[in-house]
Amino acid sequence: MSFINYSSREINCKIVYYGPGLCGKTTNLQYIYNRTNPEAKGKMISLATETERTLFFDFLPLSLGDIRGFRTRFHLYTVPGQVFYDASRKLILKGVDGVVFVADSQEERFEANLESMENLRTNLKEQGYDLDRLPFVIQYNKRDIEGATPVAELQTHLNPTGNVPDFEAIARAGAGVFDTLKAIAKLVLVELKKGTR
Amino acid sequence: MLTSQFVMHDEEFKQITAVIDRLVREANAKAIFLVDKNGQLIAHCGEVKDVDTASLASLPAGSIAATGGLAKLLGEKEFPVHFHQGVRDNLHISLAGDRSILVIVFDERSSLGLVKLRVKKATDELATIFEKIQKKMNQKGGTESPFADITDEDIDNLFSE
Repeated sequence: MSFINYSSREINCKIVYYGPGLCGKTTNLQYIYNRTNPEAKGKMISLATETERTLFFDFLPLSLGDIRGFRTRFHLYTVPGQVFYDASRKLILKGVDGVVFVADSQEERFEANLESMENLRTNLKEQGYDLDRLPFVIQYNKRDIEGATPVAELQTHLNPTGNVPDFEAIARAGAGVFDTLKAIAKLVLVELKKGTR
Repeated sequence: MLTSQFVMHDEEFKQITAVIDRLVREANAKAIFLVDKNGQLIAHCGEVKDVDTASLASLPAGSIAATGGLAKLLGEKEFPVHFHQGVRDNLHISLAGDRSILVIVFDERSSLGLVKLRVKKATDELATIFEKIQKKMNQKGGTESPFADITDEDIDNLFSE
């Protein structure tokens, strides 16, 4: 749910990075954080375990600039990818304005991608959202891994209609990270233009 | 259909700010943050210099959401009040109405009793203001976006560095 404040002339939107465990959601946010001007970003918050696995969420506030006199801010969240943190994932999806699904291109994570996508759809539905009507972007991460599942195969299963904008990425090196972010931010703003979902 | 926007106009924003400004004085608090349940900062006052308010706001929202989940598992509706005691500062977190969370930061200049006492009245006032905001949003045309007439070019310009 975007928050429009006429008094402070600000608009805040929430984007959630979703995907199976260790697919690179946190890496996406870290790269964005490292490559953004200090004045455009806030503090990155990571609620992680001692082994640096996301426990609850990562959070990064980003300021994109002004549109029609309104300061446009995006709040980026990641969910914990591990299967048993489903309750946390549901909480983080509350009030979401746009979703990025980060798929892991490693062959052995193929099933995990499908399960996570299904889990995303189910959890959104529980909150009254329809993934097909929400601003949504897919990122095929870890394209540099040897023996990565071909993009076409990932597309067949994760983006069967081909209607969802999708991007190849190597989040660790930054490839595709900002393309993904720009695409989802743009879709969210286009949705705002419509006013209601 | 879900309402996809929460719209705050100047009038209600001023009323909210007046309530928390008074609360920070009456409760002898250090700072107050009013946060949306989705983690957006609505308003703040007091000694907030050097605090990243946007990042701070995400945490009480996460905390309230997590204990809300815990409450449901235990058959409780919710846990509307949280208190965290620190060495120097303490936190009093409570629900204000259906959609917002009131976070009070206080130190030895105040006490938990005083904060609790003052929060009660402020919470009722805030709940009334939020009801008014909700009513406005429910009215036909009330959710009209200031972005309704933005162009694709406006959006592209944001990304044109």
